[in-house]
Amino acid sequence: MVNRRLVAFATWLLALLWLAPLLFALWAAFHPFADATHLNPLAPLTLDNFRAAWQAAPFGRYFVNTVLMVSMTLAAQLVICSLAAYAFARYRFLGRSLLFSLVLVQLLVMPNVLLVENYRTMAQLGLVNHLVAIGLPYFASAFGIFLLRQTFMTVPKELEEAARIEGAGPLAVLWRVYLPLARPVLVAYGLVSVSYHWNDFLWPLIVTDSPGSRVLTVGLQVFSTADQGINWSIISAAALMTAAPLLIAFLIFQRQFVQSFMRAGIR
Amino acid sequence: MPLHFAAKRPGGVRLSAVQDTLTAWGLLAPALLVLAAFTLYPAAQTLVQSLYSSPVANGAGHFVGLEHFRRMLADPVFRRVMINSGLYALGSIPLSIALALAMALLVNQRLPGRGLARMAFFTPTVLPLVAAANIWLYFYTPGYGLLDRLLHAFGFSGVNWLGNPHTALWAVTAVAVWKQAGFFMIFYLAALQQIPPTLYEAAAIEGAGSRQMLWHVTLPMLGPTTLFVLVNAVIGAFSLVDSLFVLTEGGPGNSSNLILYYIYQNAFRFWNTGYAAALTVVLVALLASASLLQFLVVGRRTHYR
Repeated sequence: MVNRRLVAFATWLLALLWLAPLLFALWAAFHPFADATHLNPLAPLTLDNFRAAWQAAPFGRYFVNTVLMVSMTLAAQLVICSLAAYAFARYRFLGRSLLFSLVLVQLLVMPNVLLVENYRTMAQLGLVNHLVAIGLPYFASAFGIFLLRQTFMTVPKELEEAARIEGAGPLAVLWRVYLPLARPVLVAYGLVSVSYHWNDFLWPLIVTDSPGSRVLTVGLQVFSTADQGINWSIISAAALMTAAPLLIAFLIFQRQFVQSFMRAGIR
Repeated sequence: MPLHFAAKRPGGVRLSAVQDTLTAWGLLAPALLVLAAFTLYPAAQTLVQSLYSSPVANGAGHFVGLEHFRRMLADPVFRRVMINSGLYALGSIPLSIALALAMALLVNQRLPGRGLARMAFFTPTVLPLVAAANIWLYFYTPGYGLLDRLLHAFGFSGVNWLGNPHTALWAVTAVAVWKQAGFFMIFYLAALQQIPPTLYEAAAIEGAGSRQMLWHVTLPMLGPTTLFVLVNAVIGAFSLVDSLFVLTEGGPGNSSNLILYYIYQNAFRFWNTGYAAALTVVLVALLASASLLQFLVVGRRTHYR
């Protein structure tokens, strides 16, 4: 019995330790800077830090850019990866294994490692400082193709044949038979993709250098290294704003998030 | 083969095979285009550029052979960066995995507040690393940062965690451990829940205590998960450097510089793209060997159902 209590206590302690950085950021963000470093429980709460951060940098623009970039990327990934996954799952064709191993290469070498050459390509395409450039290298996500191929392979062939007899072509079969059955996997993939691209930093930093095309992560970094003095309350508020949409979504849909990330083992 | 009922007609077999190939290539065309443009071409181009000097304002670079790689061997910063990357991997990976395992074992038991504890462990995973690093920056600030205040409270003098070459790399490592342990935990949790209860029943009949069950039943059953997590952790350790931009910028004196950050510096700060390409070749070789390990040892389908 004592043992069990000890385990429970250890768990809570570790959990508290793990949440501590976030809790202190919350504390700092909702208190005036003067009170942020003194943990006085009676200090007054304030939203001034959020207001100050919002006014000091175009966070509104960053939010719009991030949402646009993330949804554009996901939409393109869903279309491109479903088409490719369907081909790999249900067709036998010339060059199949060669093409499949070429897709594999992307699991080893993610586009964000090939910074220099991808930047050069974007410059040649005239896409530097365009939101499209942030997501474009990830449009043919190898992980998405794998995950959907694996799912499509579990769909009974009889369903496809029935649709074919009714005269449906490949696209109609994909749309009417495969995609509806793969819905839970599409949702899981969507959550992982949105989280990944919302949080991605290095590639967006390189391919954008104007406030108009920045996303939140890059905007936060520019903001916190610029002349904020060292007002931790405002920086904490900005960091929390950047993370807030995902954080809130996670708190509401915890189970879906955890299961999606689990399915998504390889990012 | 979706059309095999149509292919039953004699003589129709070859036709449908050609048709299938055409359809499949059509379906794959958009993916192949993107893959070729942003993974295959830049990978090949990186290899080529690593043999050329960096282009200057008025013209392309010229062929220099293995000059960049020769320079690399003599470059003290490169040596520092490779040692740092190794230390960073050796510091963050075993610690994250051990913590992930401990977390999973703890929250796999029945105890009050279990859901909350799981949430606490997993939350850092959904934060942007840049935001997390900004929060930790506050912790590490000399004088009034939280860590220093804690030290002062116990009568120790403060440490400039990020400004001291002996602690900077470890300060960066701590953030990585905090960020990823909860992510690895969920794979252990899934694996724990798949261990058949009969194994524990059998062990109980044999008179095994809870410690023996842990060593002889639970841990051996988690082997494949550990290998899977390990490969992911290695890839992450070498390709995620966002926190350096916030915490140390590789300093002081390159004491916390890591290979991908050094590539970024060479390419976009020093405009030495030829050298950056050669460094990228080294990084890709490292990543490829980590992934190869996964394919050889684990098999590529371990975690796909």
